[in-house]
Amino acid sequence: MRFHFINLRRYWYLLSLLIIIPGVISLATRGLNLGIDFTGGNLMEVRFEQRTSIQDVRGVLHKHGLARTPIQKSGPDTFIIRTPVLTEEQSGKLIDDLQRDIGQLTVLRNEAVGPVIGRELTLRAIAALAVASVLMILYIWWRFEFKQGIAAVTALLHDVLVTVGIFSLLQIEVNSPFVAAVLTVIGYSINDTIVIFDRIRENLHGAKKGERLEDVVNISIWQTLARSINTVLTVLFMLLALYFLGGTTIRDFVLAMLIGITSGAYSSIFNASPLWVDLKRLEGKQKVGE
Amino acid sequence: MKWDNVLKIAIIVMVVAVFGVLAVKSPTPAIPWLPITKNIKQGLDLKGGVHVVLEAVDTPETRVTPDAVKRAKAILENRINQFGVTEPVIQEQGQRRIVVEVAGVKDPDEVVRTLIKPAFLEFKAEDGRVVVTGKDLKDAREAIDPTTGEAEVNLTFNPEGARKFAEFTSANIGRTLGIYLDGKLLQNPVIRDAITDGKGRITGYASLEEAHNIAVLLRSGALPVKLEIMEKRTVGPTLGADSLARSIRAGIAGFVAILVFMLGYYRLPGLVANFALVTYTLLVLTIYAALKVTMTLPGIFGFLLSLGMAIDANIIIFERLKEELRSGRTLRSAIDVGFKRAFITILDANVTTLIAAAVLYFLGTGMIKGFAVTLSIGIVVSMFTAISFTRYLLHLVAGVRPVKNLKLLYGA
Repeated sequence: MRFHFINLRRYWYLLSLLIIIPGVISLATRGLNLGIDFTGGNLMEVRFEQRTSIQDVRGVLHKHGLARTPIQKSGPDTFIIRTPVLTEEQSGKLIDDLQRDIGQLTVLRNEAVGPVIGRELTLRAIAALAVASVLMILYIWWRFEFKQGIAAVTALLHDVLVTVGIFSLLQIEVNSPFVAAVLTVIGYSINDTIVIFDRIRENLHGAKKGERLEDVVNISIWQTLARSINTVLTVLFMLLALYFLGGTTIRDFVLAMLIGITSGAYSSIFNASPLWVDLKRLEGKQKVGE
Repeated sequence: MKWDNVLKIAIIVMVVAVFGVLAVKSPTPAIPWLPITKNIKQGLDLKGGVHVVLEAVDTPETRVTPDAVKRAKAILENRINQFGVTEPVIQEQGQRRIVVEVAGVKDPDEVVRTLIKPAFLEFKAEDGRVVVTGKDLKDAREAIDPTTGEAEVNLTFNPEGARKFAEFTSANIGRTLGIYLDGKLLQNPVIRDAITDGKGRITGYASLEEAHNIAVLLRSGALPVKLEIMEKRTVGPTLGADSLARSIRAGIAGFVAILVFMLGYYRLPGLVANFALVTYTLLVLTIYAALKVTMTLPGIFGFLLSLGMAIDANIIIFERLKEELRSGRTLRSAIDVGFKRAFITILDANVTTLIAAAVLYFLGTGMIKGFAVTLSIGIVVSMFTAISFTRYLLHLVAGVRPVKNLKLLYGA
């Protein structure tokens, strides 16, 4: 007999929890490593014309009372300097001093974000997640059924938790592109789930009365399995290319998508569909036609 | 062999090939809108530039009013236009904010510093009394003093200012007159003669450029409110060009990997899908150019993601096609039934993704909006190419000659 996805669902739920629980604990205790987009602050990336070490840069920062500033090497003779919010004069003077003490430099980027903007971003991100979830449940309710909407959105929150949790565990810095990445994952995850639900909907129409729901869902997953795998593969091809060739500025953004989309492909098969079966069982429906 | 089908396929392939060449190369400079991809507007993060969000704040002297914000915006416009940049964006956001975006400047930080200078000019007497202010100015121009060779700013007062200036200077010969910009003393010259022609000058600038910047500020007038920087993002042109080159390279690598995979797994339909995918890419890029979509880094990702969705549509169709073939249908009826069923799936899946994109558009900020726009356009176009175009092509190809070995060609 072929592998039965639904009968083994306890294990899939367990696997998901094994990934999510450490992430949630990390979120609760350490939180996310929030970047300047959320906390406010200044980020400057400069490239020097000659050999320069972190020590050289630190020396100049020291004079500005910024001794504890994290300095990150982002390329040969290229550095990212994160400081609290600097005024235009302060940041101009810092660049002038780096230039004078070390040598000719190019400012690749210089970003300053006030704390108010950061709070707004957080609120907007949460609002976007909530609004998108509600609208998608409504659409699925209309086109499918309410319980499938709940199952799909639960799978989607699973993917968000996995992505955010892993970023918290690894303490990777998150900024506004991360929000976009998470929301993309939502779009992808729901898309992936809908394709399977669509097949379940179709198979339920053709199913004989008394057939077990578990079996109908299992068949549907099998019928769409090649598509599920091939689609996630093509998206992963693109993301891996972006991850390795796309440059440092976008790497974390792409990483978030890689994690989220892999989780999305998993949750569509192993969480959303079994969850729907369990939701149906809760109301006492275990067989087609009941 | 049905030769009219072969001919139709040949024509379509040629049209798309020409389209493809025109997208990246122009045969003659006489047609300004070629190559097509050149018309896609690049955002600040790709071209280099600055994005600033300014907020008007209350000070003990001035309170923020809607009118003051409007005037401040006009003054900012004036200042920016004098930098000689193309297509700056200056928008009011909410009650107190002004968003400024300027692309293609060499020193974006300098632009920001100049923008937010209040540029409040005062001429003060020794006792601190204000004689004339920037409001009394008619014009301010930079110049080089022909005798000393030093850069200076020449001021011309309006009649009212000239009168006040003349009255004061004739009554105070031998005393000093302080010139203050934003409360900072620039010069404190001694009045030697009465100045009645309404002209003054400020000297001591290191370069003509510095004098020019000050002249611009004085001409555009003082800001009626204090502006604070809420958010500032500057991207140097090097980083922008680097990001663009890298994303294009990565995008092409990913695209080629997908083409190879599709061909290997789905064989003949895979080839058709690949062709449809290339057409899709050209079509979407043309629409971006036509709708003047500003392409940013997140925008590129939105496009690449929509590419993923376009492929997904093809995969759904082909898997369906295989199933229908296995259930014993003829090729032609399998194509029809397969597309019909797959259409519902693709529609529902894409509408849910569009919902997410729409929410991003309405709740997101600048860069994220760009992502939502390219993603949405991409999804809508992909519905067309995946369903109508691939289907038409597949019918053409299937009609060329009867095929016996479906396994080899269709993998079913």
